Amino acid sequence: MKQLLEAIQKQALEKLEKISELRELEDLKVAYLGKKGELTQILKGMGSLSSEERPIIGQMANDVRVALEEGIAKAKERLTKALRDAKLKSEVLDVTMPGKVRGLGKKHPLTAVLDEIKDIFIGMGYEIAEGPEVELDYYSFEALNIPKNHPARDAQDTFYISENVVLRPHTSPVQVRYMKEHTPPIRIICPGRVYRSDAVDATHSPVFHQVEGLVVDKGVTMGDLVGTLQAFAKGIFGEKTKIRLRPHHFPFTEPSAEVDVSCWGCGGSGCRICKGEGWIEILGAGMVHPNVLRAGGIDPEIYSGFAFGMGVERITMGKYGIDDLRLLFENDIRFLMQF
Amino acid sequence: MKAPVKWLKDYVDISVPVKEYTEAMTMSGSKVEGVEDMGKGIEKVVVGKILSIEKHPDADKLRICKMDIGSETLQIVTGAPNVKEGDYIPLALVGAKLPGGEIKLSKLRGVESYGMMCSIDELNLTRDYLPDAPEYGVYVFSGTPELGADVKDVLDLDQVVEFEITSNRPDCLSIIGLARESAVTLGVPFKKPQVTVKEEAGGNANDYASVEIQAPELCARYAARIVKDVKIEPSPVWMQRRLAAAGMRPINNIVDITNYVMLEYGQPMHAFDLNKIQGSKIIVRTAREGEEIRTLDGQDRKLDTQMLVICDENRPVAVAGVMGGENSEITEGTHTILLESANFKGSSVRITGKKMGLRSEASSRFEKGLDTENVIPALNRCAELIELLGAGKVVRGIIDCNVKPYEKKVMKLEPERINAFLGTDISAQEMIKIFEALEFEVDKEAMTLVPPSFRGDILAFEDLCEEVARFYGYNNIKPSLLTGKETMRGGKTYKQRMEDVITNTMRGCGLNEIYTISFTSPKVFDTINVPADHSMRNAVVISNPLGEDYSIMRTTTLPDMLRVLATNSNRKVPEARLFELAYIYLPVEGQMLPDEKETLTIGLYGGTSDFFELKGIVEELLSSLGIEKAEFKAEQNAFGFHPGRTANLYIDGKMAGTLGEIHPEVAERTECPPRTYVAMLDVQILIDASRTDKQYKQLPRFPAITRDLAIVVRDELYVADLMKAIEQKGGEYLEEVKLFDVYKGAQVPEGMKSVAFSLSFRAPDKTLKDEEVTQAMDRILKNLEKTFGAQLR
Ligand SMILES: [Zn+2]
Repeated sequence: MKQLLEAIQKQALEKLEKISELRELEDLKVAYLGKKGELTQILKGMGSLSSEERPIIGQMANDVRVALEEGIAKAKERLTKALRDAKLKSEVLDVTMPGKVRGLGKKHPLTAVLDEIKDIFIGMGYEIAEGPEVELDYYSFEALNIPKNHPARDAQDTFYISENVVLRPHTSPVQVRYMKEHTPPIRIICPGRVYRSDAVDATHSPVFHQVEGLVVDKGVTMGDLVGTLQAFAKGIFGEKTKIRLRPHHFPFTEPSAEVDVSCWGCGGSGCRICKGEGWIEILGAGMVHPNVLRAGGIDPEIYSGFAFGMGVERITMGKYGIDDLRLLFENDIRFLMQF
Repeated sequence: MKAPVKWLKDYVDISVPVKEYTEAMTMSGSKVEGVEDMGKGIEKVVVGKILSIEKHPDADKLRICKMDIGSETLQIVTGAPNVKEGDYIPLALVGAKLPGGEIKLSKLRGVESYGMMCSIDELNLTRDYLPDAPEYGVYVFSGTPELGADVKDVLDLDQVVEFEITSNRPDCLSIIGLARESAVTLGVPFKKPQVTVKEEAGGNANDYASVEIQAPELCARYAARIVKDVKIEPSPVWMQRRLAAAGMRPINNIVDITNYVMLEYGQPMHAFDLNKIQGSKIIVRTAREGEEIRTLDGQDRKLDTQMLVICDENRPVAVAGVMGGENSEITEGTHTILLESANFKGSSVRITGKKMGLRSEASSRFEKGLDTENVIPALNRCAELIELLGAGKVVRGIIDCNVKPYEKKVMKLEPERINAFLGTDISAQEMIKIFEALEFEVDKEAMTLVPPSFRGDILAFEDLCEEVARFYGYNNIKPSLLTGKETMRGGKTYKQRMEDVITNTMRGCGLNEIYTISFTSPKVFDTINVPADHSMRNAVVISNPLGEDYSIMRTTTLPDMLRVLATNSNRKVPEARLFELAYIYLPVEGQMLPDEKETLTIGLYGGTSDFFELKGIVEELLSSLGIEKAEFKAEQNAFGFHPGRTANLYIDGKMAGTLGEIHPEVAERTECPPRTYVAMLDVQILIDASRTDKQYKQLPRFPAITRDLAIVVRDELYVADLMKAIEQKGGEYLEEVKLFDVYKGAQVPEGMKSVAFSLSFRAPDKTLKDEEVTQAMDRILKNLEKTFGAQLR
C-alpha cells in the first residue's frame, strides 16, 4: 500500500509537470482526488488495514493528498499566468494612434483676452461694471466734460440714433452711471462693445471692444495709476514688460497720458511689429477730471481717482500676432480653432 | 502741424540730434508723428555751371556740355532741352545717390558722361517747393550759387517735424508755440520774437476804415492795419520754401505773408481789398435771413442767422474764420489792403465750417479757441514782413476793437497738494522753475501763479499738476499700487458668473465661440421670412450709418449666425458647432433707450448634428444652470425655422427661446447647408431661473426594479405627453422614465408608432415587492390606453 501511494504521488506529479491547459488540470484533479479518484479509492480500502497500520498509512495518504493539492495549485497558477500573458500579448495596441474625443469648443480670442484682463483686475479687488450700448448723449459726452460743440466730438466719429441718443463711442458712460449709484471707494473695470464711424479694414471696425477702468478714493495719486498700469501690463504681456507714459490730452482726465508697452515682438530693441520704435501704444489713461467726478456726484475736493481705457482688439491682435482685424468678426472655424 | 527745423531754430537753439529732439518733445507732450527729411537719399549732388555746349555727333537729342564744379571741369552728356551756356545746374556726380538710384560713369552713344544734370523730380522735390522749376527738363538755379556747393544747402533742404497737437493746445499750432515748448523741454532759452514796424506810409489807419463788432459774444477782438501801395507779386524764394515745407502752397506775396504769420504765430489772418469794402467799414455780425456770399472757392453759399460774417456797410465780405468772399478778394489791381487779425469764437467757426463743409488751416485753429492777446503781435509781424518784402507801405496805427479784454487769472501755487496728487516729492523751487519757463507769472511771496494768455487750457489745480508732471517726467513718477487704501473684495456679479457657466457649458458641448457685429441691414428680415408687419422689424435706426448694411441695430441674431455658418460652409468646412453670447436691441415705446436683451445663439451643421443634438445641448445648459422647470413645445410658426422640426423652450411658463432646423427655403437663400440647426435663447430668463443652491440627497440604499413598457400609439402624439402621463400615474416609487426606442414600419400599423420606455422604481426605505411594481405598471398602462388609445405591444 505504501508503495502504491508513493507511485501515485510520483505519477501524478510527473503528469502535472506536463499539463498545458486548465481543462486537463481539472481532469487530473478529478482522476486523483475526485470521488472515484485513485487516491480516494485507496483511502476507501483502508478499512482492511490493521489498527497499527491504519494511522501510519492514513498519515501517509494525507501527505500524498496535500502534496497533490499543492502541485495542482502550483500548476494552476502557472497555467493562469501563461494564459494571462498570452492574452496581454494578444491585446497590444498601437498607442501612437490618435485619441478619441468630442473636443471642447474654443473661446473666441477676444473672450480669452477679456477673461485675462478681468482676472488681473479682479485679483486687484476690482468689480466688473456694465451698461447700455445704446446710450444717452449725456453719459457719453456731457458728463465726461465734453459739452455739445466741443471739438473732441468731431474726432469721436459717433453714431447717432437721435439728438440725445448715441451708440456709445467708449465704455466711459458706465463709469459715470456707476459713480452715481455708488459711493467711493470705487474700483471697477467696464468691458464692452463700443461704436465708432470707421469703415471696416485690416485695423478698423465700426464695432469693437474696450475695457475701461476707474478707481476713486481718498488720496488716489498719479503714482497709483502708474503702478496699476504697470501691474496690468506685466500681467497680460509678461513680467519683463515695461510701460511708458506720454503726456496727452483727453477731456475726461487731467493730467492725461497715452501709455506704451515695450514691444512684445522684440522687447524694446525695435522690429517690424513696433515699426522700429520698441514701444507699442495700448491705452489711454489719466487722473479723473474734477468735472467728471462732479457729474458722478463725487466731491473732487475730498476724492481723487484715475481712469484708463484700452482696445481689446488691439491687444488681442498683438498677443496672438493676428494681422487683420476682420478675422475676428468673420469667424472662420479654422481661425477659431487656433485659440 | 508741420514744423521745418530751420524755422524753429529762429526761436530756439536745437543743438541735439533730431532723433533726440523728437523723442524729448514726445515725452513732454508734443507728440512727434514723424520727421520728413527733404534731402533724404540725396548725396554728392552739387552746383555746376555750364561752360560750353556742343552737339552730340551721333544723336540729335543729346548734347555734350563742359561743366565747372569749382574744383574741376567735367564732361556731361544731357538730353535736357532747356539748358544754355552759363546756367547753374544741380549736378549729380559719379557715385552720387538719388532717390531713384546711384549715378555711374556712363557712355551715351559712345560719349562718356561724368554725371547727370537733375530735374526736381530726380531730387524728389515739388514745384510747390521750387516754383521756378520748369515743368520738363532740368532745374536751373536762379542767381549764382557757389560752384561745387551741396545742393541740399543751396536749396535749403530741411528736416520737417510733424507734430500731433492735442485740441487743448492751439498755441502749439504755431512755430513760436512749438519753439517755446522745445525751449522748456530742452532746457534752453526761448528767443522771443522782436518785431518792428516802420509804418512808412504815415497817416492814421483809423482815417481809412473803421471796425464795429455787433456780435461781441462771437468776436472778442478785431484788429486791422492798412497797407498802401501794394505790389502783388510772388513772394521771395525763402518764404515760398518755408510755406511749402510746412505744407502750404505759395500764392502771392500778400497771401503768403498772411499764411506765413498764421504758421509762425498761430493767428489766422485775412487781407481784404480795401477799395472793395463799401463804406470803408468792417462790421462783424451774424448773417441776416436770406443773405448769401460767394466764397473764394467760387461757391455761392447761403448764410443762416447763426453764422458769423464780416461785412461792409452793405453785404457780407467774408465768413468769419472760415473763408473770404470773392467780392473783397485781392487781385492784380489791388493797391490798398485791410489786414484782419481777429479772435472769433471757436464753436461758432466750427459749426459754420461744418455746415459749409469747409475746413482750412485757419478755421481749424479758430475752432480750438485762440488767444486774444496774440492778435496784435501777429498783425505787427504781418506788417513787418510786408515792409521787409517791399509788398506795400504800412499806414501808421492799428484799428483795434477789443470788446472782451483779456483778464489775468490768479491761481494758487500749492506744491504740497500737487505732490500729494501726483504721488511725488518735487521741491517748490523745481515747480517754480517749470512754471517760469512756461511763461507763467509766479509770485513767490504770495505763492500764486498767473498763466500766460496763450494758455487758455490752464483752468484748475489739475492742469497745474499736469504742467509739473510733464516736465518732471511722467516716467519719473514712482509707481505705487493704491498704497494705504482700503482693500476691496472685487469679483463678478451673479449674472457675470452665470454667463461664465453658459460659455463653459457651450464649450463643453464642443461649440466654438463667435463674435458678430451688432449692426444689420433692414433687408435681413425678408431673408428670414419675417412677416411685413412683425414687431421684429421695429429696430433702432442709426441716423448716420456706414451704408444700408449697417443701418439698424439688430433685433435678432439669427441672420448673423446663418451668415457665419454659410461662410464656413462655403469654405468647405465640413462641420460647424458655434455659439455667441451677445445683445439684441429692442425699441421700447415711450423710452429713450432700447431694451438690450442678451441672447445665446447656437448654430450647428454637419457631423452628427440634428435636432436632438441641438436639444441635447440646450438640455445640458439647463442642467448646468440648475433649471428644472423647463418644457419644450412644438412650434409650427417660428419664421426662419422648419415648421415640423422646431420647438419653443418655456421656463416657468415664460417663453425662453426657440430651437430647431432652419427652414429649407431660408437655408437655401442664406447659402447654409440644407440641414442647419439654430437655437436662440433669452439669457436673462435663463439666469433668473438658474439655481446654484444645490442640496445633497442620500444615495439609494435599496435596489431599483426596472420594467420596460412598449406601446403603440398614433404617430402624431408627443412623447413628452406620454411621459408626463406615465409620471402622473407612476406612484411614489417611480424614480425615472427613459425613452429607449421609437419605431415605425413593419408590424406597426400605418399612422401609428411604437414607443418603448424603461421605467425604474425604487423605495427609499425598503426593497420593493414585485406586485407593488406590477400594480403601478397596470395603472400607468390603463391610463395610457384611456387617454391616448395606446395598445400594449
Ligand atoms: Zn518690436
